[in-house]
Amino acid sequence: MPHRHSTGNRSVGWMGLQRGHRARPLEWLAEKFIFLVSLSAILVVFLIFLFVAREALPIFLGQMDSAPVQAVVPVAQMDKLSPARLREYLGLTEKQFAEMDRETRQSLMEVKLEAQAEIPAAFRHDPDARLNTTEWKHLLRPRQWTGYDKPEFIWQPVGQIHKYNLIPLFVGSLKTTLVGLIFAVPLAVAAAIYVSQLARPRVREVLKPAIEMLAGIPSVVVGFFALLIMATVLQNIFGYETRLNAFVAGIALGFAVIPVVFSIAEDALTSVPQNYTQAALALGASRWQTAWQVVLPAALPGVFAAVVLGFGRAIGETMIVLMVCSASVMSWSIFDSARSITTTIAAEMAEAVAGGPHYRILFALGAILFAITFVSNLVADVVMHRLKHRLEGKR
Amino acid sequence: MTEVPSSEFRVPRRHFRTARFDFASFFFSGLTGLATLLILAILAVILLNILINGWPGLSWHFVSTIPKKDFFDLETTGVLPMIVGTAVRVFVMTIFVIPVGVITAIYLTEYAPSSALFTRVIRAAVNNLAGVPSIVFGLFGLGFFINFLGKNLDALLRNPAPVWGQPALLWASLTLAVMTLPVVIVATEESLRAIPQGLREASLALGATKLETILKVVLPQALPGILTGGILAVSRAAGEVAPILFTGVAYYMASLPHKLSDQFMDLGYHVFVLSTQSPNIEQTRPILYATVLVLLLLTFALNFVAVLIRARVRKKLRGLG
Repeated sequence: MPHRHSTGNRSVGWMGLQRGHRARPLEWLAEKFIFLVSLSAILVVFLIFLFVAREALPIFLGQMDSAPVQAVVPVAQMDKLSPARLREYLGLTEKQFAEMDRETRQSLMEVKLEAQAEIPAAFRHDPDARLNTTEWKHLLRPRQWTGYDKPEFIWQPVGQIHKYNLIPLFVGSLKTTLVGLIFAVPLAVAAAIYVSQLARPRVREVLKPAIEMLAGIPSVVVGFFALLIMATVLQNIFGYETRLNAFVAGIALGFAVIPVVFSIAEDALTSVPQNYTQAALALGASRWQTAWQVVLPAALPGVFAAVVLGFGRAIGETMIVLMVCSASVMSWSIFDSARSITTTIAAEMAEAVAGGPHYRILFALGAILFAITFVSNLVADVVMHRLKHRLEGKR
Repeated sequence: MTEVPSSEFRVPRRHFRTARFDFASFFFSGLTGLATLLILAILAVILLNILINGWPGLSWHFVSTIPKKDFFDLETTGVLPMIVGTAVRVFVMTIFVIPVGVITAIYLTEYAPSSALFTRVIRAAVNNLAGVPSIVFGLFGLGFFINFLGKNLDALLRNPAPVWGQPALLWASLTLAVMTLPVVIVATEESLRAIPQGLREASLALGATKLETILKVVLPQALPGILTGGILAVSRAAGEVAPILFTGVAYYMASLPHKLSDQFMDLGYHVFVLSTQSPNIEQTRPILYATVLVLLLLTFALNFVAVLIRARVRKKLRGLG
C-alpha cells in the first residue's frame, strides 16, 4: 500500500502536471521553441518579399524622377514652396529633411541650380532630357528617342539620358529560357521514363544519382564550359554569325534545368502505385506501353510540375547567361545576343548609385523575378499535392 | 475434332508474339534510353574536359600561393585566398543553417499535425524558398542585411566609417544560409521519416518524454541524413556566385580575410573574373582550367558523398514503405 501511494504522489509532478508528453515545463518550452524556429522559413520568404519590394517601391509607385534637366527654383523663392514640395525638389527622405537646418537646404538648392546651369545648352533643349524615364509608360512602351528614326525598345542605363525599357530584358529572359526548356524537357522526361519504368533496378540505382550529379556542377562552371567550348562547337555545327548568343546560353541553361526536371518527374513517375503497372502488364501490355499509356498519364500533373519548376530554375539562372551573352539588343531571333533580367541585375548593380533610379529599377526587376518564381512554385506545389492525394486515395 | 483445340491454342500464342516484338515499344524504349545516355554523355564530356585540361595546371604551388594584383600569369598566380574565402564563408553559413534547418525538420516530422493548413503553409514556404532565384537572394542580402541590419548596427555602435553597412563575410554567409535552408530541411526530414515509428513508440513506452525520445533516440539515428543535408548545402553554397556578388565578394584582396566584417575572394567568382575579364583568354586558359578544377573537386567530392548517403537513406525508406 505505501508503495502504491508513493507512485501516486510522483505522478502528480510540479504544479500538478500529469506525466506524459506535456508533463514538464521544460518539455513545453522546448516544444514552443522548436515551433518558433520552424517559422523561420515563412519569415524568410516574407522578409525577402518585404525588403526587395521596399527598395523597389518608389518605382512601382512612380515617385522617382530620373530627368537630367529639371525645372529650377531660384533660391529666393525657397519660402514660397511648401516643405513637402521642397523636400521632393531636393530629393531627400523625410528623415534627412527633418534633420537639416535652413542653411543646408539653401546651399543644397544652390548646388542644384549650379548643376543645372552646367548642362550644355544643346542638351537642355533635347525633349528627352526633360523626360522621367522611370515612368511605367517608358518602362514598357517603345519611344522614338532623339536621333532615332522610329520608336524603339531600349535598355541603356548609361550616358546622359538613361533609357530603362524593360521589354528587351523580358524578351532576353524568355528567349534563353524557352531554348533551354525546349532542349531540356524532352531529354529529362524521356530519361525519367527510362530510369523509373524501363531500366532494371540495379541500373536505376546507378543512373539516378549519376544524372542528379549534373545538378552538383556549379553554374559558373557550366557558364565557363559554354563560353570556352560549346559556343565554338555549336557555331561550327549551325554556322550562325554571332558566336555568343541566346541559343548557346539556352542550351547551357538546359544543362542546369535537366536535373531539376528529371528529379521531380522521376519522383512523380515512381510514386504511381505498383498495381497500375502490374495490372497493365498482366493485360499483356509491353513495358513501354505500360509506361506511356498507364504510368505517364497517371503522373502527368507531376511532370507538368517538373516543367514549371524547370522554368523557374531557368528564368532565375544568373551566371550562365551572364557569362555567355550580355548585350541588350531587342530581337526575337535566338541567334542574336540577349540580356536577361538576372544578368542585368548582376552586371549593373555594382555601378548603380544606391537609392538612385537605376538601383531602384534593378530591385524592381528582382521583385518581378521573385513574383514570377513565387507563382510558378506555388502552381507546382499545388499540382504536386493534388497528385499525391489522388494517387494515395486510389490506392 | 483435332482442329478445334489447335486453333484455340494458336490465339494466345499469336497474342504473346505481338506483345514481345512490338516495334513501337522497342523503338521508343530505345529513344528514352538514348536520352538518358545523352545526359550522361554531357556530364562526362564536361567533367573529362575540365579534368584533362585542368590537371597539368594543378600544383601545390598553385593552391598555396596568394597572387599579386595581376593574377593572369600562370607562373606567379595562385588560388589560396579564393579557397580560404570560399571555405570560410561556407563554414560560417553552416553554423547558422544547420541548427535552424534541423529544428524546422524536427517540427515538421515530430510535432506538426501533418494535415493542418499551417503545416502546409510551412511546407509551401520551404518549397518556395528552394525555388527563389539565387540573384534575388543577393538582392535580399543587400537590401536586408547590408542596407537595413548593417546600417542600423553601424548607427547603433556609432561607427565613424561603415563597418557592417557594407559587403562583408558575415552578410554573404547569412545570405547563403537563407538560400540553403530548404536543402537542410528536406534532407533532414527525409532521414527522420526513415526512422521506424516503432523505435519512437518503444522509447515513449519506457517512460521517456517526447523531447528525450527526439534527442536520445531519433536524432542519433538521423545523423547520416543530417550530415547529407549539411554536405549538400555546403556543396550548393560553395559553387554559388550570384548571391555573394553584392554581399561580400571582392575582385582582389591583398590578404586573407580575418574578421567577419572583411570582404573575401571566392573561387566561383574568380572563375567568372578569369573567363570574362581576361586581357588574353588563350594565355589565361590553363589558369582558368586549373581554377575550375579546384572548384569542381571541392563541390563535387562533397556532392558525391552526399548523393551516396542519400541513395542509401532512400533505399532504407523504400524498404520500410
